[in-house]
Amino acid sequence: MDGRPLRVGNGAGFWGDNLDAPWLLARDGRLDVLTLEYLAELTLAILSHMRSRDPKSGYVTDFPDLLERLGPLLREQAGLTVVTNAGGLNPASCARACAERLVGQGQGETALGVVTGDDILASIARWSDDGIDLSHMETGEPISSVADRLVCANAYLGARPIAETLSAGARIVVTGRVADASLTLGPACARFGWAWDDWTRLAGASVAGHIIECGAQATGGLWHRWEEVPDLENVGYPIAEVAADGSCVITKPERSGGLVSAGTVSEQLVYEIDDPARYRTPDVDVNVTTLRLNDVGPDRVEVRGATGQAPGDRLKVAAVYRDGWTASGMLAVVGRGAEAKAHAAGWIVLERVRRAGFTLADSLVECLGAGSVVPGNLHPPSPPFEVVLRVTVRDPERKAVERFCREFAPLVTSGPSGIAGYATGRPSARPAFGYWPALVPRELVPARTEIAPAAEWLRRTQ
Amino acid sequence: MASAHVPPPIVRLGDFAHARSGDKGNRANIGVVANDAACYAWLVEALTPAIVSEYFHGLGLETVRRYELPNILALNFVLERALGGGASRSLRLDSQGKALGAALLELRLPGPSPAT
Repeated sequence: MDGRPLRVGNGAGFWGDNLDAPWLLARDGRLDVLTLEYLAELTLAILSHMRSRDPKSGYVTDFPDLLERLGPLLREQAGLTVVTNAGGLNPASCARACAERLVGQGQGETALGVVTGDDILASIARWSDDGIDLSHMETGEPISSVADRLVCANAYLGARPIAETLSAGARIVVTGRVADASLTLGPACARFGWAWDDWTRLAGASVAGHIIECGAQATGGLWHRWEEVPDLENVGYPIAEVAADGSCVITKPERSGGLVSAGTVSEQLVYEIDDPARYRTPDVDVNVTTLRLNDVGPDRVEVRGATGQAPGDRLKVAAVYRDGWTASGMLAVVGRGAEAKAHAAGWIVLERVRRAGFTLADSLVECLGAGSVVPGNLHPPSPPFEVVLRVTVRDPERKAVERFCREFAPLVTSGPSGIAGYATGRPSARPAFGYWPALVPRELVPARTEIAPAAEWLRRTQ
Repeated sequence: MASAHVPPPIVRLGDFAHARSGDKGNRANIGVVANDAACYAWLVEALTPAIVSEYFHGLGLETVRRYELPNILALNFVLERALGGGASRSLRLDSQGKALGAALLELRLPGPSPAT
């Protein structure tokens, strides 16, 4: 067994992250593994909307493009593997698109692995009949209240199918929904052969995955002393050097911008967590309160001492349901009394929608620059002469929201004076989605893995 | 030595700590990291869930839970139902709670006593 640390770099923290970052990270990072984490809570809802129009879509289309760009680097760096959840709702289509690009570049022999089984939408009706409880984790509501409006439902799979696919020789692994930290833990388990109940090591590598999963947030992005971060415009994406004992060193490519310090890493450690003594993943419940951070060199922070225990017997599910329509419009409001004028203009818009015969289910008038972003506690020291009015609505009826969209432009002649920004165009109605977190018994969601050379993927799916 | 009768000065939280915030569904969390061990000891006493809850009353949130991470000098605050429905459903510009950390750093509170 190879005892060197495993260098895992994460080149994407969400779909829409910097397009060049993964390529730069692969070029300069001396990586063993490039991970790409694309799926925020709502990304699958967007993918489901795409798939409803084209059954062959529903995956992160940036990834095959990236893979094509990575082609020469994959040729130069024989040890580099790529692990990503770009498969979204349609890992098979994503794999086919990847296979096309690989074959097109003469890399048809590249072993391409796919992890599926996370998509549980088709099973929910049957499970409900069987009395499987998929109640909302926060509100306790039964899923029957939204069952006819569900657009996607996916369980968070863990590291094991990723590790198995890599151990079977895959160089590129495409998954659907998996826990973010599992993208790092899977390759670490494949390299070091840890037992699946070696909680300390599983916890250590999961912490590494948690720190790098949001990309540049670990390397100077969002750091409170932003003005002290060197070359943030050229920020290096994070690398975790995972050691055989489960500890890791967080770093970034040489000569890249950004900053890795105990400070940037500690801020990221507490990002989007709940109880730090039980940070839950499908693989292990991690105790973050036992670890230590040590600055061990320029842009190098050692993370050591995380502990873990067996995870629960249920997996987290992220389901999304249709929740009517929404739209939002913004205008700049200038002059003395700008805040009062903005509120008046917002009220006029909503009142005209009402007079047109529509009752909007929900609406909000915000006055940005006058303390609305975090309502209630941040007031400017003196009345602002310039604010941004933002009016947002939601309604089950598309027509009501579309009427709202038409009521912005008339303000140009029939609203208060000193309002600008009409040239950006009418707001547009878009579907609104509700998020439904739940838990499902683990044994109901077996992962499936498949591995074949790219050329074979193409032949199979013709 | 300062007199016990002199009230501690009112300070800005952001001069003693830094913060990062984010979302999970309709739940926000704010990680507050103290600048040093003395600041952390003070924060454990001073930055109670009740004070954070009161500060963010405008969010219409339900409860605030606090967790201690003495190993990295951090407190983690979990704000239940703080996001007006969460990223998908909230009508707010900041539906993901990204600004809550920066907002919390503007909290004014009685500072550490000079005698301690």
